[in-house]
Amino acid sequence: MHDAGTYAATHDDSKGQYFWVWGWLLVLTAVEVVLAYRQVFQPVRMLEVLLVLSIVKSALIIGYFMHLKFETALMRWMLVTAVVGCFIIMYFFFFPDAGRILRLGVH
Amino acid sequence: MANAALEHGAVEHGLSGVYEAPLFGAYSKKVGMWLFLASDSLTFGALLFAFSYNRISTQGWPTPFGKDSIANATIMTACLLSSSLTMVLGVFAAQRRDRAWTRNWLLATMVFGTAFIVLHGMEWSKLISEGLTLPGFPKPAGQAGEFAAVSAAVPQFPATFFGLTAMHMLHVTIGVIYLGVVAFRKWFLPVLGVIWIAGYFLIPSDNVFHYGIHALGLGLLVSAVILFLKPKDYDAHDVEVAGLYWHFVDLVWMFIFPLVYLMSTKI
Repeated sequence: MHDAGTYAATHDDSKGQYFWVWGWLLVLTAVEVVLAYRQVFQPVRMLEVLLVLSIVKSALIIGYFMHLKFETALMRWMLVTAVVGCFIIMYFFFFPDAGRILRLGVH
Repeated sequence: MANAALEHGAVEHGLSGVYEAPLFGAYSKKVGMWLFLASDSLTFGALLFAFSYNRISTQGWPTPFGKDSIANATIMTACLLSSSLTMVLGVFAAQRRDRAWTRNWLLATMVFGTAFIVLHGMEWSKLISEGLTLPGFPKPAGQAGEFAAVSAAVPQFPATFFGLTAMHMLHVTIGVIYLGVVAFRKWFLPVLGVIWIAGYFLIPSDNVFHYGIHALGLGLLVSAVILFLKPKDYDAHDVEVAGLYWHFVDLVWMFIFPLVYLMSTKI
């Protein structure tokens, strides 16, 4: 059974990394706001860039704040594979149809 | 020897010889919360897909978010990110059995969460007063603003915007109540009751939150049932599991903020 003192000692040493993660999350948010406000990219490319930045931010939150990085490999694989798999399925159901509507020029 | 090996990864329930075998290397409360969050992520995923689909396939999609809205949303994002940090610090305090600092950090998390809800509510009220509305929303006093035409011409925008952000705001509200119950237990009930009643009387009846505040009443009822029917001292595991829910709420906003606000900036 985990000894509370040992557990605390291990994690107190690494508390600083959570402040770094918080700092990077704020920096990435600022980058997103500047990119969007200055309209650096065209809308489709802007969406791609913002989605990539959001995925990086969510990976930091899931890995560090939600502690998934420190869980067992089985837990990590089970959760990430299941959720990513579902999103891929959703994408293939929805977006070809959305693209078709754009090509049809529906008003 | 076998018992020692089992004990290493197990949770002891205080009854001799009774152990809960770890599933996926974690206690069952944590696995249960992760499974719930996986399913909830699909709910938000579906809402985000619906928003994105409408965004792509609708001609003349409005871009109503000016400098003030983007600044407001950026402050809201900073509040949620800071609340995640204070939540992590609360979990550390719980693990070293420091009750006072566990409560302090959970209270800080609740303050940031409440700030997010208040700022979001103010944003909603501003948009609704300018005419962006849904059937069933109370009509604000005064003339319809610049978004009245938007609501009529592109009804998908208010429908997806309010649907998505309402779902998220509800999750944040439930999260604040959850943290209040874990941090303060029965002491939180009268506080929640006062906020509910005060909100109902202080928010004008032409504001949608005059009716939305009743979510706090429902939260009060559910919390009271849990606290009186199953009273317990919430330990580090309970704080950690509450933290998982809170971080998930932050995680969802990391997608809503860029897709909804940053992709619809009015320059």
